[in-house]
Amino acid sequence: MQVSIKVNGQDVSADVEPRTLLVHFIRENLNLTGTHIGCETSYCGACTVHVNGEATKSCTMLAVQANGAEVNTIEGLADGDELHPVQEGFWERHGLQCGYCTPGMIMSSVALLGDNGSPTEDEIRHGIEGNLCRCTGYHNIVKSIEYAAAKMRGEEPPPAEWEEATV
Amino acid sequence: MTSTTSVLGGVVKRREDPALVQGLGRYVDDIKITGMAYAAFVRSPFAHARINSIDASGALAADGVLAVYTADDVRHLGPLLAQVAVLPRPLLADGTVHHSGEAVAMVIATSRYLAQDAVELVHVDYDPLPAVVDMVEAAKDEIKAHEGAESNILISWEGGPFGDPDGIAATRQTIADAKDRDDTVTVSLEMKNQKLIPTAIEPRSVVAQWHGGYDRFDLFSSTQIPHALAGAVAKTFGIPYNQVHCVAPEVGGGFGAKLNVYIDEILVCFASQKLGRAVKFTETRREAAVSTIQGRGWVGTVTMTGTRDGEVLGYELEGVCDMGAYTQNFTVAIPFLGVFVGSGQYKMPTHIKLDCVATNTMTTDAYRGAGRPEAIYYVERAMDLFAREIEMDPAAVRRLNFVPAEAFPSAISPIGFAMDTGDYVKNLDAMLESVGYEELRAERDAAQAAGRAVGVGITTYVEVCGFGPSGLVDLGFSWSEYGLPSAFSGSGLVRVNPDGTVTVTIGTGPSGQAHQTTWAQLVSSQLGIEMDQIRVIHGDTAESPMGVGTFGSRSAAVDGAAAFEAAGKVRTKAAKIAAHLLEASEEDIRFEDGSAHVAGSPDKSVTWPEITLVAYQPHLLPEGMEGGLEAHSVFSPANATWPFGTHLAMVEVDVTTGDVEILRYVGMDDCGNVINPMIVDGQVHGGIAQGIGQAMFEDAIYDDDGNLLTGALMDYPIPTASDMPSFELSRTVTPSDINPMGVKGIGEAGTIGSAQTIVSAVVDALAPLGVTHVEMPLRPRRVWQTIQDAKGA
Repeated sequence: MQVSIKVNGQDVSADVEPRTLLVHFIRENLNLTGTHIGCETSYCGACTVHVNGEATKSCTMLAVQANGAEVNTIEGLADGDELHPVQEGFWERHGLQCGYCTPGMIMSSVALLGDNGSPTEDEIRHGIEGNLCRCTGYHNIVKSIEYAAAKMRGEEPPPAEWEEATV
Repeated sequence: MTSTTSVLGGVVKRREDPALVQGLGRYVDDIKITGMAYAAFVRSPFAHARINSIDASGALAADGVLAVYTADDVRHLGPLLAQVAVLPRPLLADGTVHHSGEAVAMVIATSRYLAQDAVELVHVDYDPLPAVVDMVEAAKDEIKAHEGAESNILISWEGGPFGDPDGIAATRQTIADAKDRDDTVTVSLEMKNQKLIPTAIEPRSVVAQWHGGYDRFDLFSSTQIPHALAGAVAKTFGIPYNQVHCVAPEVGGGFGAKLNVYIDEILVCFASQKLGRAVKFTETRREAAVSTIQGRGWVGTVTMTGTRDGEVLGYELEGVCDMGAYTQNFTVAIPFLGVFVGSGQYKMPTHIKLDCVATNTMTTDAYRGAGRPEAIYYVERAMDLFAREIEMDPAAVRRLNFVPAEAFPSAISPIGFAMDTGDYVKNLDAMLESVGYEELRAERDAAQAAGRAVGVGITTYVEVCGFGPSGLVDLGFSWSEYGLPSAFSGSGLVRVNPDGTVTVTIGTGPSGQAHQTTWAQLVSSQLGIEMDQIRVIHGDTAESPMGVGTFGSRSAAVDGAAAFEAAGKVRTKAAKIAAHLLEASEEDIRFEDGSAHVAGSPDKSVTWPEITLVAYQPHLLPEGMEGGLEAHSVFSPANATWPFGTHLAMVEVDVTTGDVEILRYVGMDDCGNVINPMIVDGQVHGGIAQGIGQAMFEDAIYDDDGNLLTGALMDYPIPTASDMPSFELSRTVTPSDINPMGVKGIGEAGTIGSAQTIVSAVVDALAPLGVTHVEMPLRPRRVWQTIQDAKGA
């Protein structure tokens, strides 16, 4: 079947098997490998992209369901050399270790901050509970999102925790 | 920014991150090679069954299918190599399957969809056999996991002292005598440390390409041990090790699950060689649950004897450990690592005996902590039971029984191992003071008086890591079975290139531990060259002279030391060149800010590019000096490192639902000197989360027939952001004396310290009801049932 999708602002079209998952279309057809596959069941969120602005798990959506839609992936988030504040926050606040969940986590975080520019810690934790991370214990992911939220509000981000606590 | 930029001991932002936050990191499944085919596996639905026949004709006729392979095709290559091979795994099931999910046939097709389609078209006829799924049942030997086996018990580990039968007999007598005394009390309890599924978010993936004519394999794998894998492939296919080039690119989490050589890694090589095209295999999440190793899986009984004033006179742990249906890399050695630290931070006479049993389930092996979380769980739960029995504060009982600071360095543990450095009282007291322990206990008492089930758990741990000393080769700490008989030494190659940049090549295989950042810090501290001029290469067998990999919290303490020393050698040579150029004495040369100067005369200096130019134009060098500017060091530590710490949790249990809320989680860890505090904290955060995962959520459950019931993340809940608290971390610093930086491992500490801390806190919250223990995981239903049972009693 023919699908036409606007991906990261570019119109793309391709002939795909009807059963092709959106995540495979993005990774295999478009070679945008920043969107990852962690569970194939919508549970881990590594495959999160934006479909018409909504955070969407692309491992359980068919490419044909995205026909005519606007899809944004992690590769489209930065503005040239300038990282998106959420990307910057993850770097500044050590919000990633192995990096595998990170693209999905960032895409969910961007959507979360789009809905709520001043989330509490609890709102952040619930807002990203559909994205699993096995490395960070989420502590610094929360800090990363708090950093980004402040930046996006034009405020000074809260200070880092890095002061050495040696007794 | 409050970040400092100091090179050693300071926070440096990760150099890995710019690519990763933009989705530009390259993981194995991202790799495409022209003509690449895809593998998928036919897996057994039975835990134990005879294979009568395999009919692949339908699959072979299907669209895009290139081949279907069974045991008949690969028998000559097997079984799968393992470092400690007691019950080796066939590459594909050969006549009998021994666990559900075992690979029976491999399908190769032109796309991953077509390969998966064809799996459904392979018909296997089985005759089911009785299966033994439960490890305690297996230890009874009524049903054998492998037909015709003499016993399910594969090996037993006993200490202490380890390896000294007379000493063990004496320890047992000492403990028996203590039990007989009128003035002692003894507590005893059987507890389970349940099996877990490691669950790195990146499923394992491997790509192999055979280059005919060159007789060479290129291999990409999401592995923690690329060198061992290259060795295994070379040995399996009978080609020289240097004809296998294995790269571990970005690896999306390991946690021990990628510290193994897997059948699929060997089989894609085989298929690539047969078919003359690259072959990729990427496991699905459900496959990861049944064909990647699992962890933990112990049932043990603890007994602790001591006086009413808190002196522990004896501790015993007897248990069985589930090895699964086959042994892989280190399988039976994992419980041994538990014996290593089985007495915790304490000096009491200790006897531990662990029987390693085969069952018809997936193989167990190293999962973050690997034997040490289990062992520390048991000794710490026992310490809590004992403290409660004698009505003494749990922190006070622990302090009374610590191996004293005066016994270090090289204090001998009751198990008989020398521990590098430690000061357990300092660490515990730092925790008590920083958390305001007395006030916290008062807060708990007030909450309990008000009818709230609030509890405080405090536990300590010691771990052994940073493997390791060359002498441990005899205990299996080597890749000898993969054809590489090297000890677990560190490897560091530091080269100043002709343009003045630095390339550092190390033998590690990280999966998120920021080695590119940490090693740049280490080398920069030695050479005074800016970190942005330093590139770090790891996980590549063609680049690094030797490599052991990343596991057992070994990388910084072993390969870090190697790179540190190699950089020191480079500095020494550069100082000779600088002295020559400056007509000064070598001893007076100082390196700072990208140049070398004469002590006391900062104006008398040469830059690194000036030194490098001379190094690469040998006619300019001092008489007799070799050209180039590089050094390789192999670091063989005298001991493992023994980090330690104290963890504390405050929880509240909703007695109407059994739901546990973590109010506070506090860690006071001691990993010696710290290279990058941000990275170290991150390791502890993740480690604690995995320990809490075991304590509260995770459980690999098989039914009586050996079907894994928790193969999807819906059924195997790893912690989410809303399950976790923020963590409060601090440190004490007791430098190790066995490496030049004084560092100890930190990758596993959080996991080793945390599960029992949560259980301890929950039991403390429910103690007024008479609860003394709750088995993990502490899911609401179990906690609620425990409360009901206690009320009923």
